[in-house]
Amino acid sequence: MPKIKMPKSSPSIDMTPMVDLAFLLVTFFMLAASFRSSEPVEVDVPSSISDKIIPENVVLVTIDRGGRVFFNMSDPEGRRELLMNMAGKYKVGFSEEQISKFTFMSSFGCTMQELPAYIDMPAEARKNLNTKGIPLDSTNNQLRDWVYFGNIAALNSGKTAFEEAKLKGDSPDPNDFKPKFTLRVDNKALYVHAQNVINVFRDLDLNNLNFITSMEMAPL
Amino acid sequence: MAEIAEGGGGGHDKGKKRAKKSSTRVDMTPMVDLAFLLLTFFVLTSTFSKPKVMSLVYPAKPEDIVPEEQPKINNAITFLLSEDKIFYYSGQYYPKSAPGPNGPTVLEETDFSAKGVRKLLADRNAYVLKGKEGLDKKMKAKQLQDSTYLRMLIDFKKDPEALKVLVKTDDKATCKNFIDLIDELKIAEIGVIAPVDILASELELVKEKVK
Repeated sequence: MPKIKMPKSSPSIDMTPMVDLAFLLVTFFMLAASFRSSEPVEVDVPSSISDKIIPENVVLVTIDRGGRVFFNMSDPEGRRELLMNMAGKYKVGFSEEQISKFTFMSSFGCTMQELPAYIDMPAEARKNLNTKGIPLDSTNNQLRDWVYFGNIAALNSGKTAFEEAKLKGDSPDPNDFKPKFTLRVDNKALYVHAQNVINVFRDLDLNNLNFITSMEMAPL
Repeated sequence: MAEIAEGGGGGHDKGKKRAKKSSTRVDMTPMVDLAFLLLTFFVLTSTFSKPKVMSLVYPAKPEDIVPEEQPKINNAITFLLSEDKIFYYSGQYYPKSAPGPNGPTVLEETDFSAKGVRKLLADRNAYVLKGKEGLDKKMKAKQLQDSTYLRMLIDFKKDPEALKVLVKTDDKATCKNFIDLIDELKIAEIGVIAPVDILASELELVKEKVK
């Protein structure tokens, strides 16, 4: 009697398509991912219907739940210039290493005098540090200087970016390269704290402010 | 997969030394493991939604000009914010010491729900909202260009008939209250939003109400 011969098939499955797909996805996510730089404070932002995305060249002031004020600026080149100006004004010395570290730092909230020590700290220690935020009272208004010099530095770097875009042959809108002033406020922070910061901006004639919000659906 | 057809066919050469037959398949399991590990990592850590911003233009600081604190226009509304509470009055402010034709200003209370402040604003700003509806219709019928649409919308918002809003906060209001209100104003297409400092007498009125 003839026996039915089963086709001899290998017990291992061909994994190639799956691996292909897995690597494709890995590549996609690797390239598409934008990492959040670790901020020294957690801020829970309010929501709004606005769908404007955050502009490129920003000067960012964060106000946390307790009303502490943190400063940040997006452009690394501008940050160098900013720190130089601030160091000159407050007579605080920075080493070359500290300056280059500063250009890649996220928000910071300490006085100018504490800043060199703050830069030397590892990122994890910064989070746990008990700072009082950047002082902005009338006798010691350091935030005003940060914003003032930040504006100048951001204007300069915006100009260079604009010239570069022009050389490339695009027809860029100069307004896109101007620094935008952004506030990131915590839901629970008292508005008085925000008002103090806003008054600093208004004193410098910077009246067009942006609030960072998370998106919510617009009502129909 | 990298697989080479193994020497089939051919004659059977006896006595010839044969290379050890080993499978040409590579075990891909560890690589796949790693690939999926990376995949999971990137999926979980990547943030796609860039944060959004809401822009707000503050009135310039008055230098020499004495600010005219009370709006003389009738279609203005002033919101006073306290901790999760929202009060408003229409038109000009009349303190108790100098009452207007209808007596001193009385605060009215509303809330952040769709039936509260949103409805109030939609009613008061009906002029702009109706105008916008008309523009939207024309836009749908492709009778308008984008730039014309925007320009006309701005004209509507700047019209004297359009509602103007002043926002004042007391010392207990949170940023969330403020942003929520500004958001409602944007929903209602209010063109003129002025966050201004609260007057001492207004602060007292709010305190009385909150009690």
